[in-house]
Amino acid sequence: MRTKRFIFAAVAASTALALAACGDDDDDTTTEPEDVEAGDFEEGTTMAELADAGSITIGTKFDQPLFGLRGPSGDPEGFDVEIGKIIASKLGIDEDGIEWVETQSANREPYIEDGRVDIVVATYTINDERKEVVDFAGPYYEAGQMIMVRADEEEIESPDDLAGKSVCTVEGSTPAQNMRDNYPDANLELFGAYSDCLEPLRQGQVDALTTDNVILAGYVSESPDDFKLVGEQFTEEPYGIGLAKGDDEFRDFINDVLEESYDDGSWVEAWESTAGEVLETPEPPEVDRY
Amino acid sequence: MDAIFSNLDLYWQGFRMTLWLTLASAATALVLGTILAAFRVSPVASLRWFGTVYVELVRNTPLTIVFFFFIFVAPQVGIRTPSFFVSAWVALSIYTAAFVCEAVRSGINSVGVGQAEAARAIGLTFTQTLQLIVLPQAFRTVVPPLINIFIALTKNTSVAGGFAVTELFAIGRRLANSNPADVIPVLIGIGVCYLILTIPSGILASWVERKVVFAR
Repeated sequence: MRTKRFIFAAVAASTALALAACGDDDDDTTTEPEDVEAGDFEEGTTMAELADAGSITIGTKFDQPLFGLRGPSGDPEGFDVEIGKIIASKLGIDEDGIEWVETQSANREPYIEDGRVDIVVATYTINDERKEVVDFAGPYYEAGQMIMVRADEEEIESPDDLAGKSVCTVEGSTPAQNMRDNYPDANLELFGAYSDCLEPLRQGQVDALTTDNVILAGYVSESPDDFKLVGEQFTEEPYGIGLAKGDDEFRDFINDVLEESYDDGSWVEAWESTAGEVLETPEPPEVDRY
Repeated sequence: MDAIFSNLDLYWQGFRMTLWLTLASAATALVLGTILAAFRVSPVASLRWFGTVYVELVRNTPLTIVFFFFIFVAPQVGIRTPSFFVSAWVALSIYTAAFVCEAVRSGINSVGVGQAEAARAIGLTFTQTLQLIVLPQAFRTVVPPLINIFIALTKNTSVAGGFAVTELFAIGRRLANSNPADVIPVLIGIGVCYLILTIPSGILASWVERKVVFAR
């Protein structure tokens, strides 16, 4: 009982601190921690442990503009980061209690399996191979392949217009394979990295660049005068939140939090303050409780 | 192994591209390199100077940077090529020409100076001397180093795989990504394809060497 009261006091104190810290510069999207305590969660669950500790370790990308990009301030910023904050706040953890860890595409599964991170929110596509080693909450966003062209381009409006055009993407990537399978009339120019396509596109050596919309949106946000996105996304890449395999209670909890954030507007708010600056606000995807 | 045999058409596509790139660049580099070697031994100081600067500049620059220049930088200053293949061809030719030049120059230097003097004494011009007397002898001497350079060129074409030319190396990357369980067999297959190109070049070299050998 005593410890419980102490935790309550600690949570209350940190809440007060967080509120004080927000002060009047309220234009950033600070998510206030909920007034919850460890006792609200069933004993022995991950939620109780995290709320008890008052801290959570979240893996995200540090190099993905609009989703998880670590700026000069030291803390990452973006839509994934905001989603992480929403989940933490529902555990009664404020922003100072979140430890951000960089996870890259190649190390996300090992970090979850080793327990180096509690959750991963890192443009993490849900697929069956990954489901064999980790579990996914969500999806909280549905990315997809799109087309980026020069700002003055008028001929290309959908992937069907790419026939006979030279299209840049990365050798060995999923978007390249998708183009070969579904749009074989496009002439692919294959470089080693997506950023290699930018200069040829600017100079007119290629007509379009195609990959996931979130990557393209980052390029558009960096040079809005040179590039634009056209058409709809034509593949589906559901982004989920990775967590340790078999922790069903935690997964249900995060799914509940996501649905709540769809309903109370915090999801839309998180989107509009980050990726929404370049991409249209989509409908939140239905959470998949597999 | 399935990853190789079910993708033989892709291997063939990459192999052909590597072969074309090698042959085209080798031919251009041979011509360009010989002209540069003539510059370097010419009586005109400005030509000698140009040849020296070219060789020192190009052969001391990493090939990737030469590619980077022709693919990303040159278009910005208005130098454009019709395709990335042409850019790769130009980059490889210019790079290899510096090495060809030095090999041919060493061959020219190996031809006794009396030959050139005798040619000039009977009234041949500098160009005639080089064409009719010196170069035919020089090329016989430099067959082994030239083949060396062309074998290096064959392998250097793999740099083009990172610059939008779908040759063997690019195909290797594509197959390695789509067959994560068979990466090693896929890459060994790519290595074998390069051997199919380079080992016969070596054999050809020793055959040509025996054919053109002359007694001093």
